[in-house]
Amino acid sequence: MELFLLILVVVAIVAVGFFILTYNGLIQRRLRIDEALGQIEVQLKRRHDLIPNLVNAVKGYMEFEQDVLTRVTEARANAIAAGARGPAEQAVAENQLTGALRSLFAVAENYPQLKANENVLALQEQLTTTENQIGFSRQHYNAVVLDYNTSIATFPSNLVAGMFGFIKREFFDAEPEADQVPAVQLR
Amino acid sequence: MATTFYHQIAANKRNSLLLSTVVIALFAVLGLAIGYAWTASGPGSVFVMIGALALGLVIAGGSYFAGDGLVISASQAHPVDETTEPQLVNVVREMSVAANVPMPKVYITEDSAPNAFATGRDPKHASVVVTRGLLDKLDREELQGVLAHEMSHVRNYDIRYTLLVGVLVGSIALLADMFLRSVFWGGVGRSRGRGEGGGAGGAIIMVLALMLAILAPIIARLVQLAVSRQREYLADASAVDLTRNPHGLERALEKIAVDREVLEVANRATQHLYFTNPIKKWEERSSGLWSTHPPIVERINRLRSLTGQAPLDRDGVLGLEGLD
Repeated sequence: MELFLLILVVVAIVAVGFFILTYNGLIQRRLRIDEALGQIEVQLKRRHDLIPNLVNAVKGYMEFEQDVLTRVTEARANAIAAGARGPAEQAVAENQLTGALRSLFAVAENYPQLKANENVLALQEQLTTTENQIGFSRQHYNAVVLDYNTSIATFPSNLVAGMFGFIKREFFDAEPEADQVPAVQLR
Repeated sequence: MATTFYHQIAANKRNSLLLSTVVIALFAVLGLAIGYAWTASGPGSVFVMIGALALGLVIAGGSYFAGDGLVISASQAHPVDETTEPQLVNVVREMSVAANVPMPKVYITEDSAPNAFATGRDPKHASVVVTRGLLDKLDREELQGVLAHEMSHVRNYDIRYTLLVGVLVGSIALLADMFLRSVFWGGVGRSRGRGEGGGAGGAIIMVLALMLAILAPIIARLVQLAVSRQREYLADASAVDLTRNPHGLERALEKIAVDREVLEVANRATQHLYFTNPIKKWEERSSGLWSTHPPIVERINRLRSLTGQAPLDRDGVLGLEGLD
């Protein structure tokens, strides 16, 4: 009888220990996702802030390319608006902005004065590094989301996850392939 | 990949501790032998041993906390920031985001030979040094490949281990040299003349100490070699994993391979830190078999195999033949 009680107590302690450890592990993984998303947001915000400067700097040279500039400005406005609609939709809007920017830089290749302008070059470098950092932050974000999603879906941590309402998180989708980037009409 | 670099971090921390312990113990033994050679008395030997032990601790501690500063000033590098070198600093920041480590300090050595290295005791206290030649000769994508390689050294704690190896290997050689000189210049003979010799036991200690003093620098140098070759391949692989792009790094290696400029500030104590071996084969100070780096062609071919390209022929590539 005493032995039975002892086993019961040991089992209870192990079970409680497992619950606490698993719960804390899940919370930690979820915090890492929020931190990684924060890192992306900072870069996206920086890109949104840089774009008006770039548009102003190139406007004078590229008066015949109004449609390219308009597309960048619109894509920026869309991306800012999409920020409130979750990572998946935000990723789509940001990818469109990336595409629009690439078109702009491709067209800018046709304007030698533009390529000689220090201010434009500096802005282009800023945007390139911001875009690269968005890409690398996104890799990191997707890795931590995968880690979290795997642990809430697999046994035994899924028991704890189900009990405390841990839900699956969305990935920040990969960049569009080169062929999906809008085509540029060169004059 | 993830498990690989966690293993690498654990191994580097373990090896750093092991190396420091072994070196400090070697200091103690060599100190005892020097003490014996000088004084030929028990208390005298112990006194010198304690001195050497303290010196060993100071050197190990000093290289752990201040070795990076020493290496950076030896490479005659000056710090740069966003306003002076925007592109370099931006690329370093990108790679620190990719490797998920804090932003390291960035330095430039004003030398036209393209090369780079990273140093520091951990990712929170890390520095990246590149030469002016690297910035001038590589495009942005190639620079990114090189810095991804350096950032892998930072993330994997290679920097801690290689820093300790550099300083400790140097100081072992110095101490062993000191001991051999003290024996050579008749310390032992003088004490024997005073009739205080330690007898057979003392003679055995002396022989062992002599052997140790001769072998220690060689062993230390072998440790320096063994640690670096494998580490370079691993850092190349990690760099591709970070950038998801083998081409930048591959082209950077190709450009550096055919570059004939010589990096004057590099020496045998710091050569194992660099991106590619700064001491080139045709230089007089090169030491063939004792190379700290794998052959560049081999590194390029490992990257080419990732993208399914045919390997370069080691002997057939003009301009690469002198490389290491």
